[in-house]
Amino acid sequence: MFTPTRRARPFTARAPFGLKLLVGLVLLFLYCPFGIILLYSFTTEETAFTFPPPGLTADWYRVALFDRPDIYPPLLLSIQVALVATFIALILGSLIAFAISRTRFFGREAITFLVILPIALPGIITGISLRSAFGLFGIDFSFWTIVIGHATFCIVVVYNNVVARLRRTAKSQTEASADLGANSLQTLRYILLPVIGTALLAGGMLAFALSFDEVIVTTFTAGQQNTLPIWIYSQLSRPRQRPVTNVVAVFVIAITFIPIFLAQRLTQDTND
Amino acid sequence: MSALSPSRQPRSITSRLSTFFHNNPTLTLLLLLAAPLLWLGVIYLGSLGALLLQSFYRLDDFTGIVVREFTLDTYRQLFTQSNLDIVARTVAMAAAVTVACALLAFPISFYMARYASPAGKVAFFIAVTLPLWSSYLVRVYAWKLILAKEGVVGWIFGALGLQGVLDAVLAVPTIGGPSLSVSMYGTFFAFVYVWLPYMIIPTYTALERVPGSMLEASADLGARPVETFRRVILPLAMPGVIAGSIFTFSLTLGDYIIPGVLGNSAFFIGQVVLIQQGTAGNIPLAAAFTVVPMVIMFVYLWIAGRMGAFEAL
Amino acid sequence: MSSAANVIPAVRFENVSRHFDQVRAVDNVSIEIRVGEFFSMLGPSGSGKTTCLRLIAGFEQPTSGKIYLHGTEVGNLPPYERDVNTVFQDYALFPHMTVADNVGYALMIKKVSAPERTRRINEALELVRLPQMANRKPSQLSGGQRQRIALARALVNRPRVLLLDEPLGALDLKLRQEMQIELKEIQKRVGITFVFVTHDQEEALTMSDRIAVFNAGKIEQVGSPAEIYEHPATAFVAGFVGASNLIRDELAQKLTGTASTFSIRPEKIRMMEPGATVPNGWAWVYGTVREVVYLGMFTRFIVTLENGGELTVVRQNLDETSMDVMSNQGRRVQLMWQRAFDRVVDAK
Repeated sequence: MFTPTRRARPFTARAPFGLKLLVGLVLLFLYCPFGIILLYSFTTEETAFTFPPPGLTADWYRVALFDRPDIYPPLLLSIQVALVATFIALILGSLIAFAISRTRFFGREAITFLVILPIALPGIITGISLRSAFGLFGIDFSFWTIVIGHATFCIVVVYNNVVARLRRTAKSQTEASADLGANSLQTLRYILLPVIGTALLAGGMLAFALSFDEVIVTTFTAGQQNTLPIWIYSQLSRPRQRPVTNVVAVFVIAITFIPIFLAQRLTQDTND
Repeated sequence: MSALSPSRQPRSITSRLSTFFHNNPTLTLLLLLAAPLLWLGVIYLGSLGALLLQSFYRLDDFTGIVVREFTLDTYRQLFTQSNLDIVARTVAMAAAVTVACALLAFPISFYMARYASPAGKVAFFIAVTLPLWSSYLVRVYAWKLILAKEGVVGWIFGALGLQGVLDAVLAVPTIGGPSLSVSMYGTFFAFVYVWLPYMIIPTYTALERVPGSMLEASADLGARPVETFRRVILPLAMPGVIAGSIFTFSLTLGDYIIPGVLGNSAFFIGQVVLIQQGTAGNIPLAAAFTVVPMVIMFVYLWIAGRMGAFEAL
Repeated sequence: MSSAANVIPAVRFENVSRHFDQVRAVDNVSIEIRVGEFFSMLGPSGSGKTTCLRLIAGFEQPTSGKIYLHGTEVGNLPPYERDVNTVFQDYALFPHMTVADNVGYALMIKKVSAPERTRRINEALELVRLPQMANRKPSQLSGGQRQRIALARALVNRPRVLLLDEPLGALDLKLRQEMQIELKEIQKRVGITFVFVTHDQEEALTMSDRIAVFNAGKIEQVGSPAEIYEHPATAFVAGFVGASNLIRDELAQKLTGTASTFSIRPEKIRMMEPGATVPNGWAWVYGTVREVVYLGMFTRFIVTLENGGELTVVRQNLDETSMDVMSNQGRRVQLMWQRAFDRVVDAK
């Protein structure tokens, strides 16, 4: 998904100072909210967030871990949903990637468009569409209705990773395999799967992160069940123990940063 | 020459199956695409169709029950002045957010593509994508803390003795409010913040594809850097910017969380949809409302596709 | 070699066409490639030579016509069921496997036992003179080494026909010339039919037993290198293989007495002082040297003829320095050549 290249040569020899300053400010803009969340997970104030915080304490981490059992069911549900949605997305996403990359056929563009649609259209449309379809067919909300929503927008992440890798794999490689006596299934096993392996892993981790974090579509497909993001959303308007939400947020950041970071590394080292 | 005689193995089932697929490429393609098409084509598109269908039903005002017969009443209801204001407000916000994201994304993308070392590019890329994948809600919530009356921004203005400026900014009618976190400014900042990575990545990708030799050629032909920038770099970066704008525009059109958490009481499309389908129970009107961003996005995607934006995704 | 193998061609095309939408990549081609020969398909890019190779390998199916391998029609037989192997233009080595695993891939697929596999991998690596590379990854090899590994991989299975798709195209000149000789030697040693695709006429002349010259999806001529060079069948062949002067219409009428287009190689033309005696069976014409191109080993003269038109003459620099050669610029000369060396092509 990301290929650093050496060919880009400087436009002028060195970056102008003004440009560097702008880049620094944009990076600051991107990261200061995370610092703020971290800071306020240690504040001594329970109901308001004045700056600077009047005092610092690590007690909210103890509270979040031991005194708030209501955190765990949503956390567990989110992990389960993300795992199943990722599994479905891995299969469907790579099937489409294989079909798209191996042949040119009528309707090929329509299919790539269809794959992008669930993330190109606002999430609320996916959400309310599924909800009204469930309503029309009398399907009750459950674990599976959440999974259907999540898998739909996760497919594209897997597809993008796999199709990019397949595009970089020369067609002559599969031809060479067939030429040397391997049938299609053997070519799949010995050549294609090893080549796309890391792309699948990366796509899967990104899909997991995307699903784990999703709130808009989930609002419409979840019924009474709370995923972790929905739990956080409900906490935003609660007056008491507000730093606990910050603690959970810090954990969510940590949990999603790790797979994303790994996914990035995986897609890079095979890029030379 | 006996070593060269063909050594045909006994053919296994997988080998025969493989040959069958080899000789029937269309069937193979259909088999590959069957499951994904069932999912995206039937479940997903079917749901969009179901939604569209609902918008042609209407809610009986007295009984509160959806009447399942074709009518344009719901659309008549949609095109009232107050609803049109909501659509206009949402589209204006989406446009403003898109422009701001493009302006902020360009310098960093340009720096990444032109000046960063290969290792630097990787680091930058990770730095830009990490916030994108990490919790959306948490990031929105962080802005609530930053922009609150007693929050960081208020404190900075106070410390600099610029409280008067902040008050004046907040006093602007329709977009102002009691504090930054309860005004259109808050909505705008949070939108720009959460969607910015969506703009940086495709812009960077497009810029990265401009070979250095092309810039040298432009300079060699007598163009000063400013001219090279305007006549070579900018046009080549445009497909990337347009690809990014698909996301910033679309995501803003449908979002209901940010205006809810960080806005004054003026409604956006997403909020109305949520209220109509939820507490109001008026599914037809909610459906009709979602048709608006859907139509806008289809037109937008069509134009973007014609301008080559999909290659930059 | 059994006598039957000599009668049945290794590869036979019977009116084969391959169309891509409106483009006739291969247009009604019929050829026979003999068992054990080094056969080259020569032509400019887009002339259909690579498509022919891919038709033999099974990567493409003919739109019409029949293809036989050793007398058996292969029709829609997939590549993995054909007893031919290919050396690809980009080598197509598998990046995630070691050199040994690459070379042994076909044996692994065939479920050859491990010790036997190792033996044959080493044998193949010996053949291409890279025995010490077994544990490297393809990314750790130079272009020339990759090329040899690709060759070893294609030969390890001892196919009956080896297909080579411009395998030397990516190498620099010196290495390419070395590999030309080496390839030819390997072919003699293993005795396999080689089908070699190239756009480089010198390469084809150097290595081939026979050459097929392709142009616009059709074969213009098939023959030995000497036949192709000395008796070009068409104007295209005369121009594509080596350099040629093409003389047509009125000038041809004046020089030879018929209006048929004919070709004469630049090295066959002698450049003399005006008034030189012309032996029997020679053609002659007067002209002025318009341009002298000194090329080290030889010199190329472009001569404007007094009857109209131009002829290119090439002369080896035997007893002349570059100064002597350059002094010919603008000189009036008499050109003459043996009529036995000119060839009527595309007779009207």
